[in-house]
Amino acid sequence: MPLGAGSDKSAAGDRRPSPAPSARPGRIPWLWLASLAVYAFLYVPLAVVVLFSFNDSLLNAQWVGFTTRWYDKLLHDEALLGAAANSVLIALTSASIATVLGTMAGITMQRWPVGVLRALPGLVLTPVAMPEILLGVSLLIFFRQVLDLTLGLFSILIAHISFSIGFVAIIVRARLAGMDESIFEAARDLGASPWRTFRHITLPLILPGIIAGFLMSFTLSIDDFVITFFVAGVGVSTLPLQIYSMIKVAVSPEVNAVSTLLMALTLTLITLASRLAPDLLRRSA
Amino acid sequence: MTRPRRDPTRWLVSLPPTLFLLAFFLAPALLMVLASFRHPGEFGGLAPLLVDGKPQLTLETYRFFFGDWIYAEVFLRSFIVAALTTLFCLLLAYPLALTIARSSARRRDLLVLLVILPFASNFLIRVYAWIILLGPPHLLYTTFAVIAGMVYVHLPFMILPLYTNLEKHDPTLLEAAQDLGADAWTRFWRITFPLSLPGIWAGTALVFIPVLGMFAIPELLGGTGDILIGNLIKEQFLDNRDWPLGSTLSLLLTVAVLALAGLSVWAGRARRGGI
Repeated sequence: MPLGAGSDKSAAGDRRPSPAPSARPGRIPWLWLASLAVYAFLYVPLAVVVLFSFNDSLLNAQWVGFTTRWYDKLLHDEALLGAAANSVLIALTSASIATVLGTMAGITMQRWPVGVLRALPGLVLTPVAMPEILLGVSLLIFFRQVLDLTLGLFSILIAHISFSIGFVAIIVRARLAGMDESIFEAARDLGASPWRTFRHITLPLILPGIIAGFLMSFTLSIDDFVITFFVAGVGVSTLPLQIYSMIKVAVSPEVNAVSTLLMALTLTLITLASRLAPDLLRRSA
Repeated sequence: MTRPRRDPTRWLVSLPPTLFLLAFFLAPALLMVLASFRHPGEFGGLAPLLVDGKPQLTLETYRFFFGDWIYAEVFLRSFIVAALTTLFCLLLAYPLALTIARSSARRRDLLVLLVILPFASNFLIRVYAWIILLGPPHLLYTTFAVIAGMVYVHLPFMILPLYTNLEKHDPTLLEAAQDLGADAWTRFWRITFPLSLPGIWAGTALVFIPVLGMFAIPELLGGTGDILIGNLIKEQFLDNRDWPLGSTLSLLLTVAVLALAGLSVWAGRARRGGI
């Protein structure tokens, strides 16, 4: 029983029991107030960003009047639109490849923890735990020094796949771990080939995990700033890189407008995901 | 274990991800270790590894690092910033995680979703929000701004593991303590808090480690005196183009991260094994 330190000296030993049962334990109003304050801390900054995206002033300081001109400007910003297209392209491709490789890794980790394969979890999970900057610089050295590659879409793609595999593997393995081994044995005893067993038993069972893994990789890829920053080179930009360079130069309501649109998009995707598969969201969270 | 040789599927399934990660994670990592012992190139990057068949290796960057107090200072500052960020995250996360864990099962999912939602918006947007907020009161480009941004960006990493832990607590323990006359404060310190330590350790690892390597927040919110390890590394790779020094700094950061991760695993295990 995981009781913590001090449990050996019970509270009852120090003082005589004077039972005065009040309300149920855990109904403390100040705790609720503190939580409300933390929620405010989480939401107020983003609300300010959204609010100022409709403000008719170049400065994000004072409310002047309602406008949608920053959104107009956004729709004519070629650099930004190009970066957004790159981001979507990279995210779709890298998530697809990472989902296949990550699923394979997850299955291997769960089903065959034998021989040299016992080292696989270390290889799969370390990139997840490392600070992103380390992955970024080591891949930069590798691409430039060993492959002598011109940095661009391809190097970004490889980098995104290599940090996404671990996340997919974790989700798929968790999905497999809760399963009854006897189903696979039954299929084998009935003469099903490994491929048939996979196609008709394993795959349908782990499919929610695979979809969750794909969504996770897609989100990670489209959101990634740090690793992309090191491996992107000069020619190619993604949405986060573009936002970064906009923020670095000056505060501009156009950034507020992009941010608002992106938040609306994320919100829609999350709502959609929770409608389609309510338990999927809970599991991957 | 049974019939290991007769199953070619195992290798068809396990080889592709293994080879990919060997090529694009392990090889680059080892290359970075090697780069830390090499000479910088004339025009940035790395000097040739072999000259007349002899490997050109040096401890120069390490001598440089340990010979100059400035680098130790940046490392120290990074640890202080990471510790403060973790502490503030813990202080903010605890009441919220406790509230969520103690609300009805129906409401719990919604409350957790409300924690994840702002976290789902892009990292840079969340930092940008603080540029706007802290600009007018002239708090931008200060250490305060750096820590505020760090806490804001990493808070969910503390809330979620804490909540996962607190949710599993057996409420009858608290009822028993109450029946035995323990007041709310005693119940918290003697029962809830010690039981939540594994959650706290998990959250600490998830906040502390990424903060150590962060370069964008100090760059966007901090002043010139607020640079952290991440900024030093970025500078070596992209501005000064001194890759050996950048590799050494990255390697030392890796060592620090591994030591911390080991410490957190050990702390979590020692607690569980102690009973």
